[in-house]
Amino acid sequence: MEGQKQVLERLRGAFRSGVTLPVHFRLTQLEAMMSLFEDNETRIVEAMHEDLAKPKFEAVLSEIEMVVNDLCYTISNLQTWMQPTYVGTNLATKLDDCFVRREPLGVVLIIGAWNYPLQLILLPLIGAIAAGNCAILKPSEISRATEKLLAELIPKYLSQECYAVICGGAEETKTLLENRFDHIFYTGSQSVARCILQAAAVHLTPVTLELGGKCPCLIYGRLDMKAAAKRLVWAKFFNAGQSCVAPDYVLCTAETRDMLLPFMKEALESFYGSEPQQSQDLGRIVTDRHWDRLVELLKKSEGKIVIGGESDKKTKYIAPTVVVDVKESDALMQEEIFGPILPILTIKSLDEGIIFINEREKPLALYAFSDESQVVTTVLERTSSGGFCSNDGIVHMSLVGLPFGGVGASGMGNYHSRWGFETFSHKRGCMLRSWLLERVNVLRYPPYNESNLSWLRWATTAKKKGWAGCSVM
Amino acid sequence: MSQEQQAVLQARNAFLTGRSKPLDYRIKQLQNLKRFIKEKTTDIANAMRKDLHKTANATQLFEILGLEGEINLAVSKLAEWAAPRPVNKSLLTIADDVYIQPEPLGVVLIIGAWNYPIAVTLQPLVGAIAAGNAAVVKPSEVSSHTAKVMELLPLYLDPEMYQVVTGGVPETQELLKQRFDHIFYTGSSTVGKLVMEAAARHLTPVTLELGGKSPCYVDKNCDIRIACRRITWGKYMNCGQTCIAPDYILCESSIQDKVINEIQKCIQEFYTNDPKSFADYGRIINQRHFKRIMALIEGSTVAIGGDSDESECYIAPTVLRDVTPGSKVMQEEIFGPILPIIIVNGLKEAIQFINEREKPLALYIFSSTKKVIKQMISETSSGALVANDCLVHFTISDLPFGGVGSSGTGCYHGKYSFDQLSHLRSCLIKKLNMEGVNQMRYPPHTTEKLRWARVLLLKQVNLSRWRQVAQVAMLAALAAFVVQRFLRR
Repeated sequence: MEGQKQVLERLRGAFRSGVTLPVHFRLTQLEAMMSLFEDNETRIVEAMHEDLAKPKFEAVLSEIEMVVNDLCYTISNLQTWMQPTYVGTNLATKLDDCFVRREPLGVVLIIGAWNYPLQLILLPLIGAIAAGNCAILKPSEISRATEKLLAELIPKYLSQECYAVICGGAEETKTLLENRFDHIFYTGSQSVARCILQAAAVHLTPVTLELGGKCPCLIYGRLDMKAAAKRLVWAKFFNAGQSCVAPDYVLCTAETRDMLLPFMKEALESFYGSEPQQSQDLGRIVTDRHWDRLVELLKKSEGKIVIGGESDKKTKYIAPTVVVDVKESDALMQEEIFGPILPILTIKSLDEGIIFINEREKPLALYAFSDESQVVTTVLERTSSGGFCSNDGIVHMSLVGLPFGGVGASGMGNYHSRWGFETFSHKRGCMLRSWLLERVNVLRYPPYNESNLSWLRWATTAKKKGWAGCSVM
Repeated sequence: MSQEQQAVLQARNAFLTGRSKPLDYRIKQLQNLKRFIKEKTTDIANAMRKDLHKTANATQLFEILGLEGEINLAVSKLAEWAAPRPVNKSLLTIADDVYIQPEPLGVVLIIGAWNYPIAVTLQPLVGAIAAGNAAVVKPSEVSSHTAKVMELLPLYLDPEMYQVVTGGVPETQELLKQRFDHIFYTGSSTVGKLVMEAAARHLTPVTLELGGKSPCYVDKNCDIRIACRRITWGKYMNCGQTCIAPDYILCESSIQDKVINEIQKCIQEFYTNDPKSFADYGRIINQRHFKRIMALIEGSTVAIGGDSDESECYIAPTVLRDVTPGSKVMQEEIFGPILPIIIVNGLKEAIQFINEREKPLALYIFSSTKKVIKQMISETSSGALVANDCLVHFTISDLPFGGVGSSGTGCYHGKYSFDQLSHLRSCLIKKLNMEGVNQMRYPPHTTEKLRWARVLLLKQVNLSRWRQVAQVAMLAALAAFVVQRFLRR
């Protein structure tokens, strides 16, 4: 069994050999990942069902299809992304070539999470491979079945020289982080993120952090209650609420709440039937420990449960639950819920809602439901968040054109398709100067005099019209 | 409350008023910054003379010109940079607005360096202002006279929004305890690690513009005379105290003598026979660095220069020959007017030598052969690469300026400054209509629904205007069909 250090050295050797540089190699690896999905869909669905009781639909849509989609998009665009981008030249650099090259960083570390155990580790891997890096994957040990599957399938389909899976818990991750990487990509909690940043600081390693927080959902003004309720409920209870971008809590007026609740009940019933525990389409909490935490939160809450509230430890089941009359100081408002419990807090005005949101850490996602576009615009303009979606939840994550990432306490950096490619690349500025025009260079050499200076200044100002800016050297 | 805490609090409160959001405000501040430079030209020039023995013309050329260019660019492009950036949609979001909205981060801490105090402290500020942030500027105390001039910034800029905090290590440490939304640091790798560690406590993202030893490979096939002119200029500017100065030369033994001769000629041409009395030759910033640099010469053979005067912090333009990899001068970034020449047996060995070391901020190669340059580019890594010249990439605003590995994280200049100090927020603006289409994603899940969802929910579309109409119509028809199909229960 190879130790961590040996794995790292092996990958570093592979990277140094230059094997990951040619586009052909990268495309072959990405296509191999496609085959991994084509050949193993059933096993993947089963593993995720074992870990999270994930319904097949969710496993396919939010995990398999998300990765396959990104793969398709990356494969068809990689050659374009890899092209150097030429930048404008000016008077004195007309004979020169100025361009930006995207180059791999080296050996990167990708640490996954348990709630979307496939997508959260493989989407970054696509970016890493596309950018020409070698990578070590450290899947979450909490989603055990998926971890095992990844450890088996990745070496089977991808180059074992360049990509490795290292399994283990907190201890193994800690020792892994003592090594030097060229980039660390972490998805998980804020507290662990701090440790990762500190470990990275020792080696000046750049990091991408995909964290969480409480994603607010503001529902205000005139709106189609039925549609809003359906979308909200779908987004909240998808994966039993265990999504970093799930609407964590709702802010609305008492009137809106009263109109919304019957539609929410109706939506829940149409989704999961009158006995949600019997539905095949509702997920379960990942571990006993997480289940305990959620049930405890519910117990401590001083709000009123109006929907759901039932739970069953044996199956790690918690019913889709809605709690009203929740105050700011409530237990449910002290941490990210990450479960199928939806608190509703009442506000008297849009302003109050926005102030409430802004008093808190910047969330990973922010939702606003309203048929009044002015409401949506106001919320958008007066708040900050990783991403923003109006009149729906979660779906913005699935658009390959949009960068997915947080801001402030919800994270730093971003990824998904081209953004992942850029995250794992170094943008190297290149300038190939001509040997000619040495006479022009004389203007910049000492002794520095007024006349040369004013020539150079003239060249700078003359350039202001339409050319890429820079001063003439 | 300490002074530093107060400064940060003031900046944050100013930011929270929202007045830095409108583009007009940002443009006005940038124009005020330009006015500061113009009106305080003499003060700045005098300060630079005292700090680094720079002449007024040198200051203009290498600090002011670039900064002005950045301000002008930001002012003319701000509307374009700050506008929403539309992206590709999926089939089902055709009727929605999908775009990326650049937003300010909040309060940015900018820690400047002493070697080009105006340029490296104020160019990041241009980016911070353009992106709509508040800023706390901490100029380097080592270039103390220039720091004093920067204390005048509040007379030109919004004094609450843009704070200037001066002081030394204790003040910087106090600042680093506070919470910022981004920290932009220019300086050494050692301190860079401390900055990153401090930022880790608050999960603050950082941009680190560090340094290292920037190699300069001179191929035997090149115009050695011109190469040496450009190298001499790049090396001895600011007395070698430039983060992107060519730190050392790699070349074959057959051309070492010619290189030394040519450099000698250039030194005479640029700095006369007596650089010490020549106005346009700089000085080492302080005694500590003077001693550090002089100690590096130990154990190596001096080919040119080598003389010094501690009382003036003067070190002559110096070249060392036949330097060995293990010598003192090769153990750290020189940051002074000492140019070691290391003999290598051709390009391959040069590349190996470079790759055995930390990734540098800049890599220079002089060659007349395209193939040689291409090989150097593809087999090495560095912040930036310049062929057949030195330093000049710093002035191209469209090139990202930054390091990689231990030479730094992040980049700036031009639009990169704006993007680096912004949050690019993904926005999906949907309406509550067309609910029928969503049916296929709701439970209870059926195989049929799954099949539809796979096709429609994620597939990308490249839209051109004239196809959009056709597709919206198709979508409406699809929605109607799906509603009928799935609501029949």
